[in-house]
Amino acid sequence: MNPFTTLTAAAAPLRAENVDTDQIIPARFLTAVTKAGMGDGLFAAWRYDPTGQPRPDFVLNQPQYAAAQILIAGRNFGSGSSREHAVWALTEYGFRAVISPGFADIFYNNALKNGLLPVPLPEEAVRLLLDLVEEQPDVQIQLDLGAQTVSLPDGQSYHFAIDPYRKECLIEGLDDLGYLLAQEAAITAYEHSNTKN
Amino acid sequence: MTQTPKTLFDKVWDAHVVKQDAGAPAVLYIDAHLIHEVTSPQAFNMLRQRGLRVRRPDKTFATMDHAIPTRQTEMTLWPADAAHQVRTLRQNCADFGLTLWDITGEVQGIVHVVGPEMGVTQPGMTIVCGDSHTSTHGAFGALAFGIGTSEVGHVLATQCLLQAKPKTFAINIEGELAHGVTAKDIILAIIAQNGTGGGAGHVFEYRGSAIAKLSMANRMTICNMSIEGGARAGMIAPDETTFAYLAGRDYAPKGREWQAAVARWRTLRSDEGAVFDREMTLDANKLQPMVTYGTNPGQGMPVSGQIPTPDQLADPAERRALLSALEYMGLKPGQPIAGQPIDIVFIGSCTNGRIEDLRQAAEVVKGRRVSDSVWAIVVPGSKAVKAQAEAEGLDRIFAAAGFEWRGAGCSMCLAMNDDKAGAGKYVASTSNRNFEGRQGPGARTLLMSPIMAAAAAVNGKVVDVREMI
Repeated sequence: MNPFTTLTAAAAPLRAENVDTDQIIPARFLTAVTKAGMGDGLFAAWRYDPTGQPRPDFVLNQPQYAAAQILIAGRNFGSGSSREHAVWALTEYGFRAVISPGFADIFYNNALKNGLLPVPLPEEAVRLLLDLVEEQPDVQIQLDLGAQTVSLPDGQSYHFAIDPYRKECLIEGLDDLGYLLAQEAAITAYEHSNTKN
Repeated sequence: MTQTPKTLFDKVWDAHVVKQDAGAPAVLYIDAHLIHEVTSPQAFNMLRQRGLRVRRPDKTFATMDHAIPTRQTEMTLWPADAAHQVRTLRQNCADFGLTLWDITGEVQGIVHVVGPEMGVTQPGMTIVCGDSHTSTHGAFGALAFGIGTSEVGHVLATQCLLQAKPKTFAINIEGELAHGVTAKDIILAIIAQNGTGGGAGHVFEYRGSAIAKLSMANRMTICNMSIEGGARAGMIAPDETTFAYLAGRDYAPKGREWQAAVARWRTLRSDEGAVFDREMTLDANKLQPMVTYGTNPGQGMPVSGQIPTPDQLADPAERRALLSALEYMGLKPGQPIAGQPIDIVFIGSCTNGRIEDLRQAAEVVKGRRVSDSVWAIVVPGSKAVKAQAEAEGLDRIFAAAGFEWRGAGCSMCLAMNDDKAGAGKYVASTSNRNFEGRQGPGARTLLMSPIMAAAAAVNGKVVDVREMI
């Protein structure tokens, strides 16, 4: 996993609530057996019309947001299916962080396992950020995972919460598997102590 | 000596913590791991890249359900990508020595229908699968939740997951369901009241007199949609209904082990005085058949009601969500949902694809005809459900009415196979998600119970099934 420490980048405003993983990547893109190519399916139904032409009104098709590495969206982002493909689609497209008032649990976990930083901020702060990036698409937003802050060029700053263990894993680029494999003795002992196992 | 009263969730969680380092999530042991063709290939790739084996093949069970066509079983006629996924799953199961319930065999179907049928799902277990509707298995008093593909890899390699402990949320459902009101209506009413994010970070425990009376199929319907309420898991304490369902199933304990297991399972209930982080109560007596009108499962209403108007919603975000949903759905604020024309009816899915669901739907359909304007399909949840339905003659009832009768799979619940609703079409569906495009690009889903969907098929529009039974 690529480490995440700080990021200063432009953001794209997605003014929608309850963005579910079927929107992030529709099921018809899930027939692959690798992770590659998921970025092409990102928000496919919103990005493209039925003939495959880009919909000019969708935010990711607007040139002023072409460089965005941060996505800002409404509440309950990533609800629905457990498909990790949703996270792979966002990261392959080029996003490194998502800001929302709240995330669905499985999406949140999946994001952390792929170096995509989920940033929960209060509803009001998200609304202000959406307004700001709509007015100034090139505004550079600074994410500092160590300090757990989202900072704007005018000095305004918001604090966000993250579990200390997950934060450490992101900063170091560590995945869970190394930790779990190191627990082999404890796992075997657990299995022996539980005869039903 | 008194012990602190524990919830059902706490008992199952505590029994599975292998290790808890300070400042780290718990190492949680997994008793059963279910896999399918869509969310597992990348996990097996990871095992190969890192030279790892599957730690407990005896606790890992695979089937194929998501991408497979349900129209025919001849693989040469399948879309190439679905066939490739299925072949990949076969290869992975062969290479790593896993049990595979293949479409060529007698046992196969939607992973959350087959697991319980085979008796793999048991009270007190931890069960995971790379599928959010793993919450279904909580109906047996298991802690069961959906995971991403990275975590599928972790469980394959170590039989464990690193998990932060969720909070608990008691949902008390008291009273008696009226005739024509079902388990699906209970869960749709809970989500309508609580929102699709309402359960985030929590595990639901459904309890109360209305739950105690439900069959296992009905309990599975409710736990299945816990994820639609934002909770990763939902649980119901096991009781005589649970034990009667499990007795004699392939993987259920036998003989003396069965007796010991039942004795152990009887302790799996929330203690008197156990404290939940949150609690809500629902009066079953007041429930009506529910129908969704929007693009998330929380946008549901009683069949006798009118679609909300924006001025009824105080919250600007909710207003925006309502307007955008109604625009997609082609519905109007204030419109009664009864009478809404329907183009397609889908009866099936891990929510409502069990034999009890099909029996109830067939009861409504019997002696009637599907409306000329409707394309209607029944997709049994598993081969066992299909065989049982055929033994009871349900297939003939459906076929005589004009329904297509299919093989087992997920089918139009998520439209990964060729069962897709066309753009703009209204689908009365017994599945679990009414998201934009879920049942095909541009398709418009109205979620409801199997008997409500059957009634919609016959009438070509949303009707109150209570007027027909």
